[in-house]
Amino acid sequence: MKGMKALAAGTAIVVATFAGTVYAGETFDNVKAQGFVQCGVNTGLPGFSNIDDNGDWKGLDVDVCRAVAAAMFGDASKVKYTPLNAKERFTALQSGEIDVLSRNTTWTLSRDGSLGINFTGVTYYDGQGFLVKKSLGVKSAKDLGGASVCVQSGTTTELNLADYFRSQNLKFTPVTYDNADATAKAFDAGRCDALTSDQSQLYALRILLKDPSGSVVLPDVISKEPLGPSVRQGDDDWFNLVKWSLFAMVNGEDLGITSENIDDMKKNGSDKPDVKRFLGETGEFGKMLGVSDDWAYNIVKQVGNYGESFERNVGSGSNLKIERGLNALWSNGGLQYAPPVR
Amino acid sequence: MSSDTSAHSQSQGIAPSKPPFWRNPRVHALFYQVVLLIGVFVFFGYIFHNTVVNLENQGITTGFGFLDQEAGFGIIQSLIAYTPASTYARTFAVGLLNTVLVSVVGIFLATIVGLIVGLARLSKNWLISRLAAVYIETFRNIPLLLQILFWYFAVLQALPSPRQSFSLGEVAFLNIRGIYLPEPVFESGFGVVFAAIALAVVIVAALAKWAHRRRMQTGQSFHTVWTSLAVLIALPGLAFAVMGAPLGWSLPSLQGFNFTGGITVIPELAALVIALTIYTASSIAEIVRSGILSVSHGQTEAASSLGLSTGKITRLVVLPQAMRVVIPPLTSQYLNLMKNSSLATAIGYPDLVNVFAGTTLNQTGQAVVIIAMTMSVYLTISLLISFFMNWYNRRSAFVEQ
Ligand SMILES: N[C@@H](CCC(=O)N[C@@H](CS)C(=O)NCC(=O)O)C(=O)O
Repeated sequence: MKGMKALAAGTAIVVATFAGTVYAGETFDNVKAQGFVQCGVNTGLPGFSNIDDNGDWKGLDVDVCRAVAAAMFGDASKVKYTPLNAKERFTALQSGEIDVLSRNTTWTLSRDGSLGINFTGVTYYDGQGFLVKKSLGVKSAKDLGGASVCVQSGTTTELNLADYFRSQNLKFTPVTYDNADATAKAFDAGRCDALTSDQSQLYALRILLKDPSGSVVLPDVISKEPLGPSVRQGDDDWFNLVKWSLFAMVNGEDLGITSENIDDMKKNGSDKPDVKRFLGETGEFGKMLGVSDDWAYNIVKQVGNYGESFERNVGSGSNLKIERGLNALWSNGGLQYAPPVR
Repeated sequence: MSSDTSAHSQSQGIAPSKPPFWRNPRVHALFYQVVLLIGVFVFFGYIFHNTVVNLENQGITTGFGFLDQEAGFGIIQSLIAYTPASTYARTFAVGLLNTVLVSVVGIFLATIVGLIVGLARLSKNWLISRLAAVYIETFRNIPLLLQILFWYFAVLQALPSPRQSFSLGEVAFLNIRGIYLPEPVFESGFGVVFAAIALAVVIVAALAKWAHRRRMQTGQSFHTVWTSLAVLIALPGLAFAVMGAPLGWSLPSLQGFNFTGGITVIPELAALVIALTIYTASSIAEIVRSGILSVSHGQTEAASSLGLSTGKITRLVVLPQAMRVVIPPLTSQYLNLMKNSSLATAIGYPDLVNVFAGTTLNQTGQAVVIIAMTMSVYLTISLLISFFMNWYNRRSAFVEQ
């Protein structure tokens, strides 16, 4: 017994002496040194992150990664994408496999507070909905008592689903898969009566069904799903850069700067002071973020402003045809609003 | 060690003077053991401490505290009461029991199928033996994950919807949502029937012992099997009749979207059990075959010259001897099956890895604790299986003469 105690004490001392502590404050410098941004995206969600026919990653979430690369390196293509499913995503960020997670991820308190990550903003204001076969004749989510519902595990969707049926005092059977493919397949085959996910993703998933027109999205929205990028805690410089890359996209739209008119504005010299600051002609706003002063110019020039990215990926320019709705600028009755560059 | 010392002192040929204690090989050995032990302790202590500190720096607090928080998500199958309002500790238990369920059912079925196929492989009938060979070579060589996906997506998801279910006499149903069976409902008085069953089992055990002793002493055989069967049926049957048939059935019936009532075997469980059984049985068949072939031919010849029937030769002479060779590799097949059951996630069966190491980990971020707990479970189950099989092996160990 005595020996054991001595041993334990010895161990404690040795441990206390030798244990090096690792501070994760070097993300910004690491990214800069390695020359590209490691970005975690969805394995394949049309409109958000998806590989197109040319093998390029496209989507609203992908554009956030590209904006960060444009701000840091002046080159939006300096991104290494890591496709992740819902269960893997946070571990990938925590472990340093990726530097920014931009994968239709809902900002919640527990994720912000207990996973060692920080959300940097909202790319898309979403809410959870249901997809059902038309033949069931279901008109509202309230008619789903006793139904089997297909859902993806490791998501807020899974939790909201349970909450909703609990609060409505209805029974349900969760049929849970860990990837979108299996979930859609099972719904297609009739394993479940309804499929639930964020509304934007329902439209994307519906395209993947054998007979998209045989299913309808119910009108009910049962939750708030603010989707946004997140970074590991511990490096405020990196946190700032990712945060302001998205803000730059929104501010760009706010100021009427697009990828098409930006060179004109730069050449002809705008006399608006806020545009001048945005383009890096006055002030040293880039330096404050640790990058060059034309950071915002590079973002809008190479990626586009928020509105352009939205329309191109999920809006009128895509086959999802999602309305701006909540994602319109604050000045147009929506929620998209970014702090000013000044 | 001690023999070493004596050899050493003998070779010196003179009366050994006692060496100082630090040159005593025993002390040496002990010293190195202690050093190694300290080293191991320090190493793991260091890793543990470092992990905790690093996690804290990342803004993650570890510990078991999360276990009594509300899980908040539903689970499709649980052997104990579970709702989304249950705790993560409960989630752990549900996942654990689901893992145990597939493992136990899988091991049971794989053993039976494996034994049959193994015997068939040795059959003198060319066709049967060929068929068994084809079975073995096919299922042993296709990756298990593919087989699971095949059974689930290609076979079970091709079944009709609940409204078009296949029905067996309107009491059992099969559709894409699962297999629905009538569930026995024990009414008051069924306790007596249970008691009768217990009594019958005790009687049968005693009977078997007596018959065995008699055969050993007098060589007379006794129809143990038939007598036992009669006792097992008659006694509970009598109790059942006397108590006025205290048993009802809950039948599955289509209500709204799904069947309710009765017992449901979800397709995720069915696919996993089928795939694990078929896959593992192909290896067990080979083990059985090699076990039987290892019993020397002389044994069979001797038995048949004593006038034993082929069935008796297999049962009394060949199988008991084959067991010795069979059990160690069989144990590792059982362990494989148990560990392979963690492929469940691919088709959404809620086993431990899926609901605990998957969903719970994802919701709480408690990677270190959760993975450690999950690994301990697999380790514990593995050790239990090994212990049991070793015990069984030792008990039935048989020395070939
Ligand atoms: N916003 C929710 C749900 C995100 C999510 O994973 N949605 C699924 C449902 S469509 C998805 O994107 N799956 C695609 C995939 O894993 O490939 C969350 O952050 O938990």
